[in-house]
Amino acid sequence: MNIKSLIQEMRASVAVIFILGLVLCGAYPLVVWGIGQIAFHNRANGSLIEVNGKVVGSSLLAQNFTGKQYFHPRPSAAGTYGYDAADSGGSNLGPLSKELYDEVKARVKAYRAENNLAPSVKVPADAVTASASGLDPNISVRNAELQAPRVAQARGMPVAELRNYISKFTTGRQLGFLGEPRVNVLRLNLALDQSNKQKTGNSIGTEAGGPNGRRQGP
Amino acid sequence: MHAMGWIQLAVFTVVLLAVTKPLGLYLVRVLDPEGRTYLEPVLKPVERLVYTCIGAERTREQDWKGYAASVIVFSLIGALFTYALLRLQQFLPLNPQHFGAVSPDLSFNTASSFTTNTNWQNYGGETTMSYLSQMVALASHNFFSAAIGISVAAALVRGIARQKTKLLGNFWVDLTRVCLYLLLPICLVYAVFLVSQGAIQNFKPYATAHVVDPYSVQIPEKTAGKTAMVKKEIATQSIAMGPVASQEAIKDLGTNGGGFMNANSAHPYENPTPLSNFIEMLSIVAIGSGLTYYLGRMVGNQKHGWSLWSAMFILFLAGVMICWWSESRGNPRLTALGVSSHQGNMEGKEARFGVFNSALFATVTTDTSCGAVNSMFDSYLPIGGLVPLFNMHMGCNVFGGVGSGLYGMLIFVVLAIFLAGLMIGRTPEYLGKKLESYDVKVSVLAILIPSALALGFTALACVTKWGLAGRGNFGPHGFSEILYAFTSCINNNGSAFAGLNGNTPPYNTTLGLTMLVGRYFVMVPVLALAGNLAQKKAVPVSSGSMPVSGVTFTLLIIGTLVIIGALTFFPAVSLGPIVEHFLMVNSTKLF
Repeated sequence: MNIKSLIQEMRASVAVIFILGLVLCGAYPLVVWGIGQIAFHNRANGSLIEVNGKVVGSSLLAQNFTGKQYFHPRPSAAGTYGYDAADSGGSNLGPLSKELYDEVKARVKAYRAENNLAPSVKVPADAVTASASGLDPNISVRNAELQAPRVAQARGMPVAELRNYISKFTTGRQLGFLGEPRVNVLRLNLALDQSNKQKTGNSIGTEAGGPNGRRQGP
Repeated sequence: MHAMGWIQLAVFTVVLLAVTKPLGLYLVRVLDPEGRTYLEPVLKPVERLVYTCIGAERTREQDWKGYAASVIVFSLIGALFTYALLRLQQFLPLNPQHFGAVSPDLSFNTASSFTTNTNWQNYGGETTMSYLSQMVALASHNFFSAAIGISVAAALVRGIARQKTKLLGNFWVDLTRVCLYLLLPICLVYAVFLVSQGAIQNFKPYATAHVVDPYSVQIPEKTAGKTAMVKKEIATQSIAMGPVASQEAIKDLGTNGGGFMNANSAHPYENPTPLSNFIEMLSIVAIGSGLTYYLGRMVGNQKHGWSLWSAMFILFLAGVMICWWSESRGNPRLTALGVSSHQGNMEGKEARFGVFNSALFATVTTDTSCGAVNSMFDSYLPIGGLVPLFNMHMGCNVFGGVGSGLYGMLIFVVLAIFLAGLMIGRTPEYLGKKLESYDVKVSVLAILIPSALALGFTALACVTKWGLAGRGNFGPHGFSEILYAFTSCINNNGSAFAGLNGNTPPYNTTLGLTMLVGRYFVMVPVLALAGNLAQKKAVPVSSGSMPVSGVTFTLLIIGTLVIIGALTFFPAVSLGPIVEHFLMVNSTKLF
């Protein structure tokens, strides 16, 4: 290849990057943005939930709950303090890691103590292991059931009523066979707060967004 | 290994099989410069504009050297373009979080990574990259590198199908047509679907949420040389935003794998639901699967295409089942602490996917050269983690990266036929063309050079300070992290045992070089092979010819892939996952 044809190849490269770039990196994401903002406004903007006009979180992202009256999410390794939705990630600890072992040991102990578990009851794996994103919004149904008595007691609510709430916020397998059944922690906790407030006559929290703000059913 | 998992696996298989033929037929039209598609009214003007700008004489058919030169010059210019954008990030628009310039070594690594279709990431997306960097500097390569892979595969197929010519097609035409008629329309529909599931697509600054249940954490704070624990109140959560869905679509479809967010497809904004997860897995293997049909159609031997597909499918199935079995048993160290093994090994996995969909995704992403992840491989049990590693040791050729999977597989086909020819004492021939010393030599080069470099750099990292300092885990697992990194980069995969901190100048440089060698020291021999095959005259297939379809051929291909992968990497693998497995089962050791 001589110099002249090399220069021609380089010019062709620049031209192709420019023209196709305008289509693939300009028009394409903008069209998706336009459709998304119109047709799925709430979802395209992060499925944020507003209560009394204030954003309290996203129904797709975990946030930490430590109070006894709340269901607790899975442990998180996102960011420095966990649950950092601007710095996602897992623990990346290997199966024989001493650090992992010690952390899980402490979590198992705490989970047993706060939920008053009998020694024969095994702790659900999702309750004591960090998720991949550190922002897993869900817990397993078993995990929610084991936390129910604690939450019921703290809220002065019958356990049976609380179980109804759990099943209401349980998402089954999508299309009947995809994925795992799971409970959305933030939405469940918000619904519980709301029901307590309703009893004392307070206002209602809603999801942000227009007509498409509704979440899909189970 | 529950029933629901088996049902999902069966459905996945059926759907994959169903899309293979239509995609293959569509590829035939896209890769024919005269081929007609329904999208011409909209896209033909753009295609014509490209040809006008580069000059009509540049759209003539090229020989292998001309084709290779265009590939390399285009890739080089693209890499420089990305490097410049990353270095100048702070001066450019669409940077609401005001991220600074990306460091020189990280920019080199990232530019190499995206240009080569690897998408190894030594950075966290939402903490490093502006929206412009993501959308233009990185996503441009998501399209281009995918299209280059498919173009080179098409050139090789033409070399096999044609006779007595030097011409393999034109790179610029192939590139343009693949981008416009194949990748763009699928991505458009796909990205909108992802938004419908909950993937985000906006240009807003990061949101701030006032959390429902504020809490406090203890953080170490240094004052006057002493470290004391200080209580910190956490009442808000910062939430990353961005044009995620459009990038997610091409990330999977083009087997790129570089996530917008650090957690990649595990992040709920990239992969919100089990259905989005299913479609993402399907889109990763779809084009690679369709290309086997394209091959069969182009060489006039559809059975050959299906035989290759079967070989790939069997290896895929074996990988899924081993990985799934391993992960569903749970970590014995944790079950000893009273953790239930019912859900399996959940460290680094998402509740909505569970163990099965994590294992399936892990297999899909490493059988191909995608490298997107929906779970953290570093936390897999030893055998579960061995599956992705070994998939890459077979060259990411099982369905494979778009294009790179087919041409990588055809290299192994040449070797397999050569080996079979040696065994039965006949001149090896492939689809009527005699395979001669030149063909076998370039094929072996395409396997040997990358493997030697990956093992060499792994060894180097194991005996240097910088190499060992990067480990996030210790014992055999620390070695696995290093081996995984270089294996992933040489095969242009991009998945990681992500505990390894590779964002240091030595790692950025060595991994960057590894990716470049893994891409171009395979691509150029492949084009050389294509050029040589195109010149040969096909002799009619006789009863003495080795059949390139049927059970024997399929088993021969599987054997060659497994044996070459195992022979090259078994010693290294036995120091990592294998020894770790036996330590896990037979001791109580922790590292």
